[in-house]
Amino acid sequence: MDLTINTAHPTIMDAIVFAWLEADRLDNGEYDEWLSMWTPDARYIVPVEPGVTDFKAHLNYAYDDHAMREKRIERMLSGVSVSASPLAVTARSLSRFRLLSDDGETIELRCMQRLTEFRRGRSRDYAANVEFRLKREPSGLKIDQKVIRLINADHALGGISYIL
Amino acid sequence: MTNIDNVATPQFDYERMVQADRALPVLYTDPALFDEEMRKIFSKTWVWVAHTSEIAEPGSYTMAHVGLEPVIVTRDRKNKVHVLVNRCRHRASTVCEVHKGKTNSFVCPYHGWAYALDGSLRGVPYETGYAGKLERGELGLKALRVEEYNGLIFATFNEDIEPLEGFLGPARKWIDLFMKQSAGYPMITQGEFKFTFKGNWKIQLENTTDAYHFPLVHKTFLNVTDAETEDMFDILNKGGWVEDLGNGHSVMVMMPELVDLEENLDAPIPEKFAELADQLRAEGHSEDKVRQIIRAVGGAGFNLNLFPNLGCSAAFFRVLQPVSVNETDVRHLALGMGGGPEVANQARLRIHEFFQGPMGFGSPDDAEVWDRVQHGARGRQDLWVLFNRSLENEEAGETGLGRGDVSSEIGMRSAYRQWKTMMEA
Repeated sequence: MDLTINTAHPTIMDAIVFAWLEADRLDNGEYDEWLSMWTPDARYIVPVEPGVTDFKAHLNYAYDDHAMREKRIERMLSGVSVSASPLAVTARSLSRFRLLSDDGETIELRCMQRLTEFRRGRSRDYAANVEFRLKREPSGLKIDQKVIRLINADHALGGISYIL
Repeated sequence: MTNIDNVATPQFDYERMVQADRALPVLYTDPALFDEEMRKIFSKTWVWVAHTSEIAEPGSYTMAHVGLEPVIVTRDRKNKVHVLVNRCRHRASTVCEVHKGKTNSFVCPYHGWAYALDGSLRGVPYETGYAGKLERGELGLKALRVEEYNGLIFATFNEDIEPLEGFLGPARKWIDLFMKQSAGYPMITQGEFKFTFKGNWKIQLENTTDAYHFPLVHKTFLNVTDAETEDMFDILNKGGWVEDLGNGHSVMVMMPELVDLEENLDAPIPEKFAELADQLRAEGHSEDKVRQIIRAVGGAGFNLNLFPNLGCSAAFFRVLQPVSVNETDVRHLALGMGGGPEVANQARLRIHEFFQGPMGFGSPDDAEVWDRVQHGARGRQDLWVLFNRSLENEEAGETGLGRGDVSSEIGMRSAYRQWKTMMEA
């Protein structure tokens, strides 16, 4: 990859704006719109072990297809999950974007995410490297795969009853 | 002159704190009592440290804890398992900080003392500084007593404790039943979740034989799962029971039809596993094998609680790691069939992900109520925490010890009886 990439290049700016939109929808609870941002076979993945790429054959914190993403949201909003009542408030920022590849159809974008959750008087921070695989579709960009690699993924975490 | 033993051993009135069916919240909140538990329980009894598959080959090791003490579980070149205190005999640095792996030796990063897989001291840089008087033979990593039952490796600092088999007693039968979920293949671990909660370790210990909480705390899991699974987890209405197995151990049978996974192989294949069954048939497995795997894939229908730190919990190992009086780490190790069909092992991973771990649909709700217990336990130190549910209808179980209905708190009564016996010793 050309390291001197121009961040003003439309591709990377489109991808960044799309990733920021996704982050904004999660922090602001726009879950129906969030669910519509994915391709039909897309996976939302939070792996446990660093460096894993064959996610299906390994244990993940989350390995969500569309149905699981819907269930996760149903659980969060149901009011009967004690760890999601009240739901944690989150604020996340995405930065350090790098375009890894773009073949005209599929875009691979990597960035870092810093997320703070607040709930019941307690704050927690999660830093992660995030890998997006985005598809160009007639209606615009869609997420085909999103991998959230928490930097402390293989250590003890608190309960996370929201979407990282 | 101060007697260090007296300073380090506060006097507790255990009779006042713990009765047969209740305990005072000081058991969750007193830091001095926690220190005493580390000495009287975790240093004195058999503590689970690893599953044999985690150190499958010569040279394999994994880090663990016995109470708060860091240990390394190793397999040496002759296939002998050792549990060694992870502490250099020179100036106390840990000699290993990589959770698991393979190695020939452990070298202290501070001054380079090197230890073999059996803990023996093999190398000391610039040894001439000791003028030939260093007694290498006396300065190996401190070794614990180690025994193994059906793949479960336990260690203890107590040279006088009874052999592991006797300590497990009637729990052995349930361990054997639990291991049937590897469907005839060797049991393996397939990765693990670690999560932390702000609460005392005994709050989680209690939970492993607590069916009473399930319909409420896990309502959200039941709501989003399929109808078959929801029915299966209607555990208060399935004729299950809880049985005291002695030495603080207990078993909670939630789904009696899934106690022995090698029985009822003719039962209809659940709809949710129909696709998996077809995949296994397509891979060439016989119908008998397909049925054995399908019956085992969701795990056993019971939780076995082994005092003080291991739960053989339906389809996974639950390991308790006390951190402080009000902080506990919990490990959820996924299990699988060593050399078994990948599709079946992947199905097991997805089942584990669905309920367990920090982002599962079950564990975070458990962790939340345990956190609430720790917070609430600050309210009124003279109010009892009650474990008296189904006390009145206890009956003699198979082993002559007590048995109650599935929502009985007899498992907790068993654990606290053992706790009190050990603390008073």
